[in-house]
Amino acid sequence: MSRKDITSGNWAVAEAMRQINPDVVAAYPITPSTDIPMRFSEFVADGLVDTNLVTVESEHSAISACLAASVSGARVMTASSANGVALMHEIFPIAASYRAPIVFGLVNRSLGAPINIHCDHSDSMAERDSGWIHIYCEDGQEVYDTMIMGVRIAEHKDVLLPVFVCQDGFITSHCFEPVEFMEDDEVQAFIGERDPLFPLLDIDNPVAYGSLALTDYYFEIKRQQVEAMKHVERVYKEVAQEFAKKTGRDYPVVDTYRTDDADHIIVIMSSAAGAAKDTVDSLRERGHKVGCMRIRLFRPFPAAAIVDALKDARSIAVLDRAASLGAPAPLFTEIKGALYDAGIHIPTNTYVYGLGGRDFFPHNAEEAFMDLINNKMSPEERYLGLRE
Amino acid sequence: MAIRIKDLVTKEKAMRQGHRMCPGCGAPTAVQQALLAVEQPVVITAATGCLEVSTTIYPFNAWGVPFLHSAFENAGASVSGIEAAYVALKKKGKVTKDIKFVAFGGDGGTYDIGLQALSGAAERGHDFTYICYNNQGYMNTGAQRSSATPKGANTSTAPAGKVIPGKIQKPKDLTAIMAAHHIPYVAQTTIHNPMEVIEKVKRAVETPGPAFVNILTPCVLFWRLEPSLQREICKLAVETRIWPVYEVIDGQWKLGYKPRKRVPVEEFFKPQGRFRHLFKGEAGQSVIEAFQKDVDEGWEYLLKMCGETWEPQA
Ligand SMILES: Cc1ncc(C[n+]2csc(CCOP(=O)(O)OP(=O)(O)O)c2C)c(N)n1
Ligand code: SF4
Ligand SMILES: [Mg+2]
Repeated sequence: MSRKDITSGNWAVAEAMRQINPDVVAAYPITPSTDIPMRFSEFVADGLVDTNLVTVESEHSAISACLAASVSGARVMTASSANGVALMHEIFPIAASYRAPIVFGLVNRSLGAPINIHCDHSDSMAERDSGWIHIYCEDGQEVYDTMIMGVRIAEHKDVLLPVFVCQDGFITSHCFEPVEFMEDDEVQAFIGERDPLFPLLDIDNPVAYGSLALTDYYFEIKRQQVEAMKHVERVYKEVAQEFAKKTGRDYPVVDTYRTDDADHIIVIMSSAAGAAKDTVDSLRERGHKVGCMRIRLFRPFPAAAIVDALKDARSIAVLDRAASLGAPAPLFTEIKGALYDAGIHIPTNTYVYGLGGRDFFPHNAEEAFMDLINNKMSPEERYLGLRE
Repeated sequence: MAIRIKDLVTKEKAMRQGHRMCPGCGAPTAVQQALLAVEQPVVITAATGCLEVSTTIYPFNAWGVPFLHSAFENAGASVSGIEAAYVALKKKGKVTKDIKFVAFGGDGGTYDIGLQALSGAAERGHDFTYICYNNQGYMNTGAQRSSATPKGANTSTAPAGKVIPGKIQKPKDLTAIMAAHHIPYVAQTTIHNPMEVIEKVKRAVETPGPAFVNILTPCVLFWRLEPSLQREICKLAVETRIWPVYEVIDGQWKLGYKPRKRVPVEEFFKPQGRFRHLFKGEAGQSVIEAFQKDVDEGWEYLLKMCGETWEPQA
């Protein structure tokens, strides 16, 4: 059984959280993710969840309290954006290192300055080496589904890592669209109970989290995190498969759209994939063999799946919603690296688009495709939708 | 029931031998005393600092009880998170025992960078005890000044130079700031007498809701103090009224001790190398006078809050 409702990306997260019924949520408001703790606090106030909601005085304390609650043995969730994410930065790698399976609704927003509340991926891209799993969602349905799958992936014994479930600020977080919800008991049956390893509250088996490990042990401990990340893709696939069986909704690590016979492929993330896919359709009608690949799992980076989808293309355009000032854009760098390692040289253009919430239209996608089609290839970074 | 030292000496300590704090350091003394009389199981969290780094050097661990450290400025938030998890898991029957939560932070981690997290935790009313082991500086990183460092002390970021005689400002009154949160229990004490810390922390832990205890603990290394004088220097801090011992229980201020005589602040300075420069020349003398004035004013304020008067012997 399921029910369909018109809802926003933020409310979809809050609804998933209601159904997951986590033990602890510690959160702090920031646009555009504020709706998540606001909506969730209504569930708390109405007695619809058992969650202990900790209304902390900052994002730094939000993630610190989440980490402490998670290692204590609780199932823990939170949400944030931009400056809030940046303020939490110090604690993210610590949470990953303590193997705390926190599920985090990250609503993407640009980092200042200038201060700006709209979407780009500069906030989460700045956390790409934090040791968290990063999943980028295209729409509200996917956000909802990924929050639920996220619990299973994060808490899996071979993984035990925190996960960011990213959605585009305002574009997805505030857009009302139909979302199909599972029943409460279906969600509970899917996620099961958390069975924590080495919880802090196990008084009879005391453990210490947060030791000082210097030149003699730090490296080995980091190596274990590398290993845990290697398990993510397998666990992700198992969980996604089981989820697809239950719901009919399938989420591969990369979402390919008409790439099978495509000569020219755009690689993109999150909501902008919608405009890119529409453009694929209209260009196909005009006889161009084009396709779109959307990266869903960004950390760990699913290089093999990506290479597999790109290997037969004649040219590629990678579209980044974040710049890496003074260096190639982050997604572009990863894609090039994956192709290089596979011994494949495909001319690849790099574009930055949509910073600070600048709209991304089908004509922007078309511009990138036409460069590929007209063989206007260059390693130089270009910009879509920018007044120069 | 009255606490008897005889009963406590055989009790297994929460923090054990083998830690690597300096011999004579006041912090481990305070920690041992603090947890001695607590009867319930405890979970400890600590801020980054000397205590934390010296007790958990991987693969060793001096703590015999569950311990969490994650960063420098968040002990207040960490203890909130642990307590929140406890409340949630207890309600679900996943945790069955009654557990108490104690956070330790140095003065840097409490007066300065961690004040916001502590204030938030106190305001939200979690059930925890926060203990500041106050050695009046950032000792783990080499004796930089903190807002708990006394006026005139020679520190590595407010050094005694040719023009400036050490730290210029007087310390922040954190105990009063925590009392202004109107939490059920606040105390200020030191380790001159073991029963002080033992009794106060027991009271703090047994009080439902937030409790804060500020314990002056000498850093023998950077106070430039003979390690055997650990207890003596704390006694002098109390006798000079630089560090009065008192409690604020449900808003009632209670003075713990009134010195019989007016002991000048110099007596506290003399055994410590960090004040040595104050005894050379006029600039130092004027710092000592200003310091004495601050102490006298602070004491007057405290007497007023406690509804006390003081008539020292001549
Ligand atoms: C965010 C952050 N800033 C700075 C530091 C460096 N640091 C570690 S411990 C410390 C000082 C600790 O002072 P205090 O809290 O008084 O404890 P003590 O070492 O004196 O016992 C500093 C500055 C840090 N670990 N984290
Ligand atoms: S440096 Fe000071 S505070 Fe740190 S362990 Fe040594 S005596 Fe104690
Ligand atoms: Mg200190």
